[in-house]
Amino acid sequence: MRRPLVLFALLLAFASPHAAAAAEVRVFAAASLTDALRDAAAVHERQTGDRVVFNFAASSTLARQIEAGAPADLFLSADEEKMDALAHAGLIVASTRVSVLSNTLVIVVPKDRGMNLPSPRALVNVKTLALAEPSRVPAGIYARRYLVAQGLWDRVAAKVIPVENVRAALAAVESGNADAAIVYRTDALISHDVRVACEIPRASGPRISYPFALLRDAEEPAAARRLLAFLRSKTARAIFARYGFLTL
Amino acid sequence: MTAEELQVLGLTLRTAALSTLVILPPGLAVAWLLARRNWRGKSLVETLITLPMVMPPVATGLILLELLGRRGPIGGWLDRTLGLQIVFTWRAVVAAMMVMSFPLLVRAARVAFEEVNPRFEQIARTLAAGETRVFFTITLPLAARGITSGVLLAFARAIGEFGATILVAGNIPGRTRTLSLAIYDLVELGRDGEAFRLLGVAVVIAFAAVWTAEAFLRRTHESHRP
Repeated sequence: MRRPLVLFALLLAFASPHAAAAAEVRVFAAASLTDALRDAAAVHERQTGDRVVFNFAASSTLARQIEAGAPADLFLSADEEKMDALAHAGLIVASTRVSVLSNTLVIVVPKDRGMNLPSPRALVNVKTLALAEPSRVPAGIYARRYLVAQGLWDRVAAKVIPVENVRAALAAVESGNADAAIVYRTDALISHDVRVACEIPRASGPRISYPFALLRDAEEPAAARRLLAFLRSKTARAIFARYGFLTL
Repeated sequence: MTAEELQVLGLTLRTAALSTLVILPPGLAVAWLLARRNWRGKSLVETLITLPMVMPPVATGLILLELLGRRGPIGGWLDRTLGLQIVFTWRAVVAAMMVMSFPLLVRAARVAFEEVNPRFEQIARTLAAGETRVFFTITLPLAARGITSGVLLAFARAIGEFGATILVAGNIPGRTRTLSLAIYDLVELGRDGEAFRLLGVAVVIAFAAVWTAEAFLRRTHESHRP
């Protein structure tokens, strides 16, 4: 009597992902979007029944993975260059590309015994500055671009500790292992262990924008388009705004 | 090779050599205690030493980061008393290499000590040699091949270390970027061609180390034959 029941249950378990109408959207997203996007996706999942699966990392890492054929439906990058590269390689559906979010940079220091950095110029006094790898990761590239424009790069380059992504730069300051880091304002807002020493005004900082696009090899294009549309909706924008993102 | 590649290779070889040198005395001591003495907690120590070999390297790295970080128990103390920073410096590279290659050295040295016939040691003792003298004139020379093989394996493991290193030492060009990290970095940058050249270097070093280690072991077995 028992065995048919067990078999039936097993069958159900294996069959259900396909049987159900719910689709699984695989989203490759910039590390800085982690918290806001999780919130937004939870709302979308409740509304549509779709499931959203994330791969958060530096946009440069994600772009490499997508180029190498990683299975993904949407790419949410933290800079236009990474999306340009994928567009150039014909890997995105160009008509779906849209940039709705922006951000600003801040300089953070450890909360308890952080140094006083009244202006970016004071960075010449720190011993170590954590940056997302400034040769490839968007947050680091933005930071370097800003420091170069301010004529500070040559004086701080030797202090730079390049790390995997912007959240790793934040973590290096949280643990006190780096004196300072340049991260997005939204990263600083979610951390309790860092203090914003100085904000880089939007006008003098680099132009930051987050392009989103559907990938050519998406397995769930319809569901991915639904999610993309949701991310541009008022509801999603309100969530992003709550996390400190600027919505365009 | 370019200047940058030579720099990476130089740093890797120097840190790996230093790591192997530093773990050699404690490694031999532990291996000898495991091979020749019975004591309480022996199997616990044995297991603890082997852990880094089977644990995810990144988990070992996390433990090291907690211990050696500026607010960690060891890193904090060094920072306060000597003003020495470990994390994100070459010292962290060496520390990661030490922890990850220690088990290889101990295991090889232990087997080498166990293969030394205790009767030779007994005879030396009957000829009034003290324990220290027995160790340095009988045990160590007879175990030398096996130990050398372990040293080479530990060195090779140190050169390949990645997971713990990237957490505690970061990937700082010219300071903590070792061969493995440089390969990873080049792949991430899409410079696969250059990555392949470094891969070639890594293969050559690993091959040479393992080949030589095996050669030493083969000769050991031959010399132990009656």
